[in-house]
Amino acid sequence: MTVGIPRGLFYYYYGDLWIAFLDTLGVPYILSEETNREIVDLGMHYATDEMCLSMKIYLGHIASLKEKCDTILVPRIDNYGTKNQTCTNFLAVSDIVRNLFSIEPLTYNINYEHMETEEEAFKKIGKELGFDELTSLRAYHNATTDINYKRQKQISRNIETLRKDKLKILVVGHPYNVYDAFIGKPILEILKRNNVEIIHSSLFHENITEELGEKMQQGLYFKYSKNLMGAIALCEDKVDGIVFVTAFPCGIDSLVNEIAFCYLKIPHIEIVMDELDSMVGIETRLESFIDVLERNGGHEKNSDVSTNG
Amino acid sequence: MKKIVTYPQMGDYNVPIYYLLTHILRCEIRKPPKISDRTVELGNKYSPTFVCMPFKYTLGTFLESLEEGANVLIQLGGGCRYGYYYALQKEIIKEQGYSFKLINLVTEGKSDLKKIIKDFKGIDPSFSILKSAYYLFITMKMIKYMDKLDHQIRKNIGFEQKKGEHEYVKQKMLTCFEHTKGYFPLLFTYLSYKRKFKKIKKNKKKCLKVGIIGELYTIMEPFANYDLEMMLSQYGIEVTRFTNATYLLFQKRKKVKKYLKKVKRFSKNRLGADALDNVGRLVYLGEKKYDGAIHIKSSFCTPEIGVMPILRRVSEEYKIPLLFFSFDTNTSKVGIETRIEAFYDMIEMRKQNE
Repeated sequence: MTVGIPRGLFYYYYGDLWIAFLDTLGVPYILSEETNREIVDLGMHYATDEMCLSMKIYLGHIASLKEKCDTILVPRIDNYGTKNQTCTNFLAVSDIVRNLFSIEPLTYNINYEHMETEEEAFKKIGKELGFDELTSLRAYHNATTDINYKRQKQISRNIETLRKDKLKILVVGHPYNVYDAFIGKPILEILKRNNVEIIHSSLFHENITEELGEKMQQGLYFKYSKNLMGAIALCEDKVDGIVFVTAFPCGIDSLVNEIAFCYLKIPHIEIVMDELDSMVGIETRLESFIDVLERNGGHEKNSDVSTNG
Repeated sequence: MKKIVTYPQMGDYNVPIYYLLTHILRCEIRKPPKISDRTVELGNKYSPTFVCMPFKYTLGTFLESLEEGANVLIQLGGGCRYGYYYALQKEIIKEQGYSFKLINLVTEGKSDLKKIIKDFKGIDPSFSILKSAYYLFITMKMIKYMDKLDHQIRKNIGFEQKKGEHEYVKQKMLTCFEHTKGYFPLLFTYLSYKRKFKKIKKNKKKCLKVGIIGELYTIMEPFANYDLEMMLSQYGIEVTRFTNATYLLFQKRKKVKKYLKKVKRFSKNRLGADALDNVGRLVYLGEKKYDGAIHIKSSFCTPEIGVMPILRRVSEEYKIPLLFFSFDTNTSKVGIETRIEAFYDMIEMRKQNE
């Protein structure tokens, strides 16, 4: 039985974990390609036209995978406790896939309010793939230790960059947007080409960012944006500028980013990507943003100039 | 400084809320202004680009009431990004230079009773819990009665002999409700107006039946859906609507479990906000052989957009025509009328062919 893993949404949070888990169990899997124009078009064909770009891309990945594998891994993540809710798309996506493509994805349901933990979810996946509880549990724990070690390394590298004496820009956005080959990667490349050190907002310890995020915005309950806001609070006085990367029309970002803009005192720019955007216009905007930062005194803080949007 | 309390506008529910607030708080309560083009314009001007429509409407109402002197605003929160409204609205209004207090009654999808009591004590130090429990009970009853009568009105308003009679009686009823003196007077007014509504002459024959499903604010605020219900009733269509305050406050928890069983074939889990309920309702409409269904939402409403592919499959399997509407602040009414007309022609022809 081959498991298909679509390279979108959840993959950027838990993809390494899934792959490590399947590797230990010895289950073959297929990872869909990096997002390209073809996949975006496929996604647009299947999706409702008002869905957000990330969702369209995700559906495109599934459409490109469904012929090649026996079953597909589409998680449903409801919440990590009452204070850690997720986007409603994350709740609905497995049912949308079930109805659009008439395939039955693997059961992977996380709902801490109803005592359905991550461990429980992996046990269920193991069962559906034909392994007993103990084997899948052991595989899950092995995988988490591996992943934690890897993530620890990435985090310390990220923090080291923060100490460098160069022009630093914090890139804020959901990982499925920032690291997607169609949405965020071109933006990161443009920044790199302009000799800017990139700080990744998703590569910080979650316990720290969560607490800081809660302090910054009371009553905040979206898990993933809490972490992003915490990253902003953590780096605000250490970076020169902030680039917000969003997909059109992201429901959460429309409010959360806007609240952040009200607080922020350092220069920032918001880049909203949709399926028709050309990279040329965005390159111009980013370059002029970097120019402003440089004129603003490089890495010496001077918060007089605001370059909103 | 004198405190003037106000709250967002939604449908006719400003009457029970006004009743409740005037009785439990000893300060001036101001009714929110009716939503007009100016409200929408104000809300649009200060809102982020792709936020959903209720945000713009409530922000517009707040700004208008602030202009008229209000300084304590009450906002609710909910499951989707509705819970974030108050945080951003606070910042936006602050930027306009008003001094005000924004009270949020629902945090993280749940209302914390202790916090609410503390907030109300902050507005009015003589706030009494016992007294407010009594008036809360009356308000709940009032909402229930209103929704019950509304359900009747919706069924008959298209067939009245004298045009506008239902609306006239309803307005009179709302005024009576607003000046109710206790529970029993309320019950009597309800019963007498129930009789009055029954007495209205109507010529009802066999007619087309259409159900309206969708996002809650757009359904309940007539300005937000461009008076869709009235438009349909003018074609002689009997309208059924499921979402109302009674449903949201009392029935939702029970009904969701029922719906989950009913729609197992299409969706196994909750889909966020009211999305699963809408799948359940469409299945219900299909089973009862309704002539059509209309799904309305504000544009960018994430849960409802997510549920659209599922709804489409349900409508194919039950063979019930389904029309999607996505309202924004500058949708033109003419376009909606055209689409409704075409939809009406379609479902009528379909009925004749049967």
